[in-house]
Amino acid sequence: MAGPTPEERPHPTGRRDEHGVRKEPDHGPEPTRRATVSALVEDEPGVLARAAGLFRRRQFNIESLTVGPTTVEGHSRITLVVEETEAGIEQAKKQLAKLTPVIAVGELSGDAVAAELVLLKVRGEEPDKVHAITSMYDGQTLDAGPRTITVQITGDETTIDDAIDAFDQFGIIEIARTGQTALERGDSPTTPGEEPGHSAGSTDDDEFTNYDD
Amino acid sequence: MNEPATPDAASPEEGDPEGRTDDERERSEPTDGTDTAEEEAAAREEAATREPGSGAAAVVAALEAAGVETAFGVQGGAIMPVYDALSASTVDHVTMAHEQGAVHAADAYGIVRGDPGVCMATSGPGATNLVTGIADASMDSDAMLALTGQVPSDMVGSDAFQETDTVGVTAPITKHNYFANDSDEVGRTVGEAFALANTGRPGPTLVDLPKDVTFGETDRPVGEPTAPDRAVPDLEADEEQVEAAARAIQTAERPLCLFGGGVIKGDATEQARAFAREFEIPVVTTMPGIGSFPEDDDLCLSWAGMHGTGYANMAITHTDCLIAVGTRFDDRLTGGVDTFAPEAEVVHVDIDPAEISKNVHADYPVVGDAATVIDQLDAAIGYGDAPDTESWRAQCDEWRERYPMDYAIDPDEPVKPQFVVEAFDAAMDDDAYVTTGVGQHQMWAAQYWTFTTPRTFVSSHGLGTMGYGLPGAIGARVAADDDREVISFEGDGSFLMTIQELSVAVREHLDITVVVLNNEYIGMVRQWQDAFFEGNHMASQYDWMPEFDTLAEAFGAKGFRIDEYDDVEEVVEAALAYDGPSVVDAHIDPEENVYPMVASGAANGQFALAEDQL
Repeated sequence: MAGPTPEERPHPTGRRDEHGVRKEPDHGPEPTRRATVSALVEDEPGVLARAAGLFRRRQFNIESLTVGPTTVEGHSRITLVVEETEAGIEQAKKQLAKLTPVIAVGELSGDAVAAELVLLKVRGEEPDKVHAITSMYDGQTLDAGPRTITVQITGDETTIDDAIDAFDQFGIIEIARTGQTALERGDSPTTPGEEPGHSAGSTDDDEFTNYDD
Repeated sequence: MNEPATPDAASPEEGDPEGRTDDERERSEPTDGTDTAEEEAAAREEAATREPGSGAAAVVAALEAAGVETAFGVQGGAIMPVYDALSASTVDHVTMAHEQGAVHAADAYGIVRGDPGVCMATSGPGATNLVTGIADASMDSDAMLALTGQVPSDMVGSDAFQETDTVGVTAPITKHNYFANDSDEVGRTVGEAFALANTGRPGPTLVDLPKDVTFGETDRPVGEPTAPDRAVPDLEADEEQVEAAARAIQTAERPLCLFGGGVIKGDATEQARAFAREFEIPVVTTMPGIGSFPEDDDLCLSWAGMHGTGYANMAITHTDCLIAVGTRFDDRLTGGVDTFAPEAEVVHVDIDPAEISKNVHADYPVVGDAATVIDQLDAAIGYGDAPDTESWRAQCDEWRERYPMDYAIDPDEPVKPQFVVEAFDAAMDDDAYVTTGVGQHQMWAAQYWTFTTPRTFVSSHGLGTMGYGLPGAIGARVAADDDREVISFEGDGSFLMTIQELSVAVREHLDITVVVLNNEYIGMVRQWQDAFFEGNHMASQYDWMPEFDTLAEAFGAKGFRIDEYDDVEEVVEAALAYDGPSVVDAHIDPEENVYPMVASGAANGQFALAEDQL
C-alpha cells in the first residue's frame, strides 16, 4: 500500500487524559473524592441486586451501600458512598439513573445529614469503663454479660471510627456496621424532584402519600 | 469446482437477474398500504382488547398487539404453553436449529425492520443459549425482546430440572428484564418489555415466564404495549446546548462529522446526510454507522478505527471539531483515548446522557434524538455562517489519495478476499443486505463493499460474536422485502460456529448467499499472532475444515467453490442466480491480512499499512 509510514506522517501534539479530556501531556493522575449518592427506587424484587451488579460490573469503587423503605409505599432509598474521580462519580450517577426501577438520583451536598450505626461486642472484664466510653458517644448498651458487652453507637463516619478506636482497648470481639445513610438538610430534596412525603402516624392519615397521585 | 445450479432449481428468467418466479415478484410489488395499515391497526386493537383465556395466550396477544409478525425460537419444556398458544396466532414462528441462531436472527430482523426482533427459548439451557446474542444486542443497542420459559414458580430456587436464574444471568446484558409472576399481568409485562426495547436508546429486554404463569387462567386484556413514562426521553435537546455546539461548529476550521450506529437507529440518516452536505463537512462513520452516509459520496471518508481507512483515521486525528452523533466511542474506534482526536473540541449528540463523557469528554454535550437534534443544529447554524471547509476538504482528499484502500492481485497466486467481496458487490444491487460473522472476513466486507443505504450492513460490532453471519442472514431475509438481496460473508472458523442454521435456510427456502472466505485459519488471531506473538500459530490453524460446498449440499443447499480468479465471475453469477440458500466456499490467500490496522490502544494516525509498521 502506498503512503508515508507512521513516522513520516504529521502528528498533532495534543493529548487527552484517561477520561478523554484534552490536557497538557505531563498532567498528573486525577484526584478522587468520596461522594454520597442517594437513589429513589421502585421497591421491586432484585432492585438492590441490579444496583449492586451495576457497580460491580462497571468497577466503581463502592464504600458502602444501604437500603430501606421511604415514606412512600412502594419506594425505597438506596444510599451509596463511592470513592471515584469527578468523571467517575458523574458516570456512576448516570448509569444508576438509567436502571428502569430507579426513579431519581441525587448526590448529597457537603452539609447533608449522614449517619451510620455500629454494633460492637467487646470483652466484659471492665464493665464500668466500657459504660463510660459508651456514654461518651451517646451509645446504648444492648447486652451485658460476664464475658461480653454489646453496645450500639450511631453517628457520622468519623464518630464511628473514633468510637471503634476507643473501644479497642477492651478488645473488640465482633463488629457490625451498617454503612452510611443520608438525607439532605432542611427543605432541600434528597433526590431531584423528590417531594416531601408524610409518614403514617405523624398525621391522622394512615395512607402514605404517593408521589404519582 | 461444483456444477452450476441445476436447471430445475435455478432457472433465471430473462430480464430478471435474480431468478425470481412470477409469484415472488408479485409478492414484492408495493401495495398502496391504506387497507393493510387499517387492517393491521384493527388486528392490533383486537389483540389488545381480547380476553386471552390463559397467561400463554396473553403473551401471544401482547405480541400481536405490538404488531409482531415473526418470532424466532426453539421449543422446550417450560415454554410449551406459549408455543401452544402461538399455533393459533398471526405471529409466524421460525424454528431455528439452536437458540443462538434464534437470537441472532431476531437481532438482524430488528436491525433491518427498525422494530424489535423477538426470540423465544425454554428455561435453563434454552435461556443460557440466548445469552451470547442478548449480550451482542446489548452492546450494539439493538432493540429485541427475548421470551424465556421458566420452571413453575413453586419450584424456582430448588435447582429444578432445566432451571437457571435467567433474570439474574441476563440482568447485566439487558436494558431491563422481568420475572412474570402473575397470569393476569404477564401480557402487559410482555407489551411493556417490547415497547421499552424500542424506546429512547434501543436495547434488548427479556421476560422470564414460569410455566404455571403461562398455564394459569386470565381474562384480562393485555392493552396497548406501553413503555414506562420514565423510560421515554425528551427528543429535543436543550436550546442552550444546541446554540453552544452550533457556535463551536461555525468557528471550526477542520470540522468532521462522525456518524455512529445511533444515526441509523434513530432514523436520522436523511437529516445527517443533509447536514453534512449543506455545510460541506467531511464525514467518517463508525463501523455500526456504516450506511448512514453513502460511501460513494465525495464527502465520505468511510469508517474510522482499528481497520478503518487511513484517510478516515488521519481526518479524525487532525480535526479541530468532531461532531459525533450516536456513537459510544468504543475503543476499536478511538484507539488509545489519550491520542484520540487530540486537537478536537467534541460535540457529542446522544439520546443516552450516560454516554456523554463516558469514554471521551464532550466539550459540547447535546442530549436528544439524533434526527431532532441535527435539525436543531442545522437551524442554529443557519445559512451564511457555515464554516469554510474548502482547504480542509482538500487536505482530506489528499489523504484519500496518499492512503488508498488497495491490494495486489497476482493471477497465479491464491485469490485475494478483497477481490471476492468486490466481485459480489459489483454484481448486487446497492440496497442489498450484507451480514457478516466476525474476523478478517468481516473487515474485508466492511472495507471493500461500498455501502450506500442504512440498515444494509448487519453485523456483530461491540461483542464481536463469531457465527453471527448465517443466522443474521436468515433474520435479514425474513425481514427484508423479497426484491432485496441478502448476502452473508463468513470466515471458515466463524461459519462453523452456527453452520447448523443452514438447515433452517433450506427448510424455509430462503434466498441467501453465504460466501465463506476460507483461509483455513482463524485469521484475525493468526494476524495478531504474526504481529505480536512471533508467528506462533497456537490453535489458530484450521486446516481441518470440512469442504463447505459439499457440506452445503448435504444440508440441501447449493454449494459452489472458488479456487482461482477464473472461477470468480462464474460462481458469483451462478450463486446469485440460484433461488435458495447457496454456499460459496472461496479458498482465499491464507496469508492475506487486514490493513490498514491501528494496533490496540495506539494512536489512530499511527495506522500500519503492513506488518512491519506495527
